[in-house]
Amino acid sequence: MNIHEFQAKQLFKEYQIPVPVSLVAKTADEAFAAAHALNANSWAVKAQVHAGGRGKVGGVKIAKTADECRLYAAEMLQTQLITKQTGNEGLPINEVLIEATSVIKREFYLSLLIDRHQECLCFIASAMGGTDIEAVAEQSPEKIISIPIHSAAGLQPFHCRQVASILGIKGKQIDGLYAVMMGMLQLFLSHDASQIEINPLVEIEDGSLLALDAKINFDDNALALQPDITALQDPRQEDANENTAKQFDLNYITLEGNIACMVNGAGLAMATMDLIKLKGGSPANFLDVGGGTSVEKVKEAFKIISADKHVKAVLVNIFGGIVQCDIIAEGILTALKQIETNLPIIVRLEGTHATEGRQLLEDAKVDNIISVNDLDKAAEQIVRLAGAST
Amino acid sequence: MSILIDKQTKVICQGFTGKQGTFHAKHALDYGTKLLAGVTPNRGGSEHLGLPVFDTVKQAYEVTQADASVIYVPPFYAADAILEAVDAGIKLIVCITEGIPVLQMLSVKAVLKNSESLLIGPNCPGIITPDECKIGIMPANIHQAGEIGIVSRSGTLTYEAVHQTTQQGLGQSTCVGIGGDPIHGMTFIDVLKRFQADPKTKGIIMVGEIGGSEEEEAADYIKQSVTKPVVAYITGLTAPAGKRMGHAGAIVTGGKGTASSKVDSLKAAGVEVVSSPSMMGAAMKQQLSVK
Repeated sequence: MNIHEFQAKQLFKEYQIPVPVSLVAKTADEAFAAAHALNANSWAVKAQVHAGGRGKVGGVKIAKTADECRLYAAEMLQTQLITKQTGNEGLPINEVLIEATSVIKREFYLSLLIDRHQECLCFIASAMGGTDIEAVAEQSPEKIISIPIHSAAGLQPFHCRQVASILGIKGKQIDGLYAVMMGMLQLFLSHDASQIEINPLVEIEDGSLLALDAKINFDDNALALQPDITALQDPRQEDANENTAKQFDLNYITLEGNIACMVNGAGLAMATMDLIKLKGGSPANFLDVGGGTSVEKVKEAFKIISADKHVKAVLVNIFGGIVQCDIIAEGILTALKQIETNLPIIVRLEGTHATEGRQLLEDAKVDNIISVNDLDKAAEQIVRLAGAST
Repeated sequence: MSILIDKQTKVICQGFTGKQGTFHAKHALDYGTKLLAGVTPNRGGSEHLGLPVFDTVKQAYEVTQADASVIYVPPFYAADAILEAVDAGIKLIVCITEGIPVLQMLSVKAVLKNSESLLIGPNCPGIITPDECKIGIMPANIHQAGEIGIVSRSGTLTYEAVHQTTQQGLGQSTCVGIGGDPIHGMTFIDVLKRFQADPKTKGIIMVGEIGGSEEEEAADYIKQSVTKPVVAYITGLTAPAGKRMGHAGAIVTGGKGTASSKVDSLKAAGVEVVSSPSMMGAAMKQQLSVK
C-alpha cells in the first residue's frame, strides 16, 4: 500500500527524521494561506499523487510569492497528473503540499528495503541524490552502497559510518545521519513498511540533513495489524475496478489490452496473460479468482471484467484443484443470467470435475460461450475473436 | 526413491481442527499419508478424525516422533506455528498459509538458519511423492508415480506440469511447491540439488515467475551441477513493473526480477525454456527421448 508524501512526512516527524516545514492545501486559497503561515522566502508547491516523476511533468513548482503559490495550486488541483509511473490516464491531484524551501548544498539518496536475497533489511545509499536511482544503479553501480542490517543486532554505529563514507559526511553530521537511519528503521519495524525512500536527503546551509521527499510503501499482508496506516489509504489514487475487486477478495489488476481473463491461481493468471500476448493479443487485466471460489465470486468477477469498455472478448482459464470446474461453470452461467453481455467467452476447464463443468456449459446452450479444452488453442481463438470484434 | 518425503514419513498437522486443516488432513489420510496426530492449542487430549490432538508441537513430537509438520493456521499465527515446529525439532515444516507479514518471515528465517529444520513455503501448495505421501492442498488424482521432479513458485502451474507429465506417461518422483512469497523457505537450488542426487528423478521441470533473483541463481547452479535435463517455464513476461501480481513475491522492482532476465539466464545455462505453459510435459518427454 502507498501513502502520500505529506502523510509520509508526518510519520517521519514522529520518528525524529527532519523534514522541511509544510502545510497541506486542498484549495488555492488554502495554498495562499499556507504560504503566509509558513514564514519563508519561497515555497515548493507539490502535487500529492501516489507516483514518482512529478518534477519532470510540472507536479512540483517553486513559488516566489504567496500569490504564485495560489496560482500554481489552482493550476494543479483537480487535474490529472501523468508521470512515467502513472499510466496514460494519470492520477488525480486532490491536495498540494506547500513547503518552505531551503538552500541546498548537496543531495543524497537513502532508502531502507527488504533484501530478498540476503533475507534482511538493507539500507541503500548514494551521493547521487535527487536523480533516478535506477539509472545510477545501471550506469555506475559503484556509486551505490548497500548495507544489510542483521535482525538480531539491529542498526550499529558502523553501519552509519559506512553510509557516511560514501555520502562524504563527516564529524557531527554523522550523528544527524544516525538519527535519520534509526528513525527509518524504527518506523519500518513499527508499521510493517516494505520500503522507505528519501530521495533526496539534502544537506542544507547549516550542515544539517533534511528529508526533502518521502516515500513509504507498506506490506499489504500486515495492514490488518496496522489500523493507523490503513486509515491513510486514498482510494482515489487507485483504480476503481481494483478497489471493487478488493471488496470481493479478488486479485485484480487493470491492464491496457482488450482480452479479459478470469483464472484461478496467480501463476496461471500471469501465464494466461503471457500466452495471450504470445499469440498476438493483449490482456485487459490480471484476475485470480483464488482457491475458495463460489458462484457469487465468479459472478462479481464477471461484472468487473465486463464493465471495462475496452474488453472485446473474455478468456476463462481454470485448472481445478480444490476449485471444482462445475462450480465455475455454474458461476459463469449464473453471472450471464444477470449481466447481459454479447462478449464472446472462451472457457477452458481442466482438472477436478472438468467433464461435469464442460457438460454444464454445453447443456446450457448459450450462444457466446465456447468451450475449448486445449489451452494454446483457447488462446489463439480468443485473440482471433478480439481482433474480429474491433 | 524420491526427495524429502516417502511412505515412511511421519506427519503431524498444525491447525488440525480448523476448516482447512480438517479438509486437507482428511484427503491426506485417504491418500495414505502417515498422518499421526494434530496440534490445536486448547484442544489437547481430544480426538479429531480418529487421531490424537495435542496442545503443543513438542507434545505431539514426543508421542509421534514426527518427521514433518504441515501448517494450516491463519496468517497472523503462522510465523508462531513455524517457530514452534522448529523449536520442537521437526525436520521438515510445510507451511501452506498465504498472507504472512514479511517482517515476521524475516524473523522466522533468522531462526531457521541456525536450526536443523527445512521449511517449504509459505504460500505454497505443499509437497507430494505420488502414491506415497501427500502433504498439502494439491489435487491427488492428477498425480502418477514416475520419474519427473517438479519444483515451482506457483500452485496452479504446478498442477499444469503434473497433469501434463501424467498425460505424457512420465509421472512424477516428487513435486515441491516452494511458494509465492518474497521471503520463504527452500529455494529452487535446495530442491534442484536433491533432484539431481535422487536416482529415481530422470528429468526436472521448474516453474518460476517475476520477482527476486532465485531463478537466475538456479540457472548458475544448473550450469555447474545439474546433469539431468531441465525444462523451465517462467511467467510474468507481460506483467507491468511495480505491480504485485497476486503472489506477494511476484513483482518487478527497479528493473530487477523481470521474466526476460530469468529466461535468458536459464537458456544460457542450457535449460529448455518453453514459451507456453501447455508445452512443459511435451518438452520434457522430448528431452528424455533424445537422451
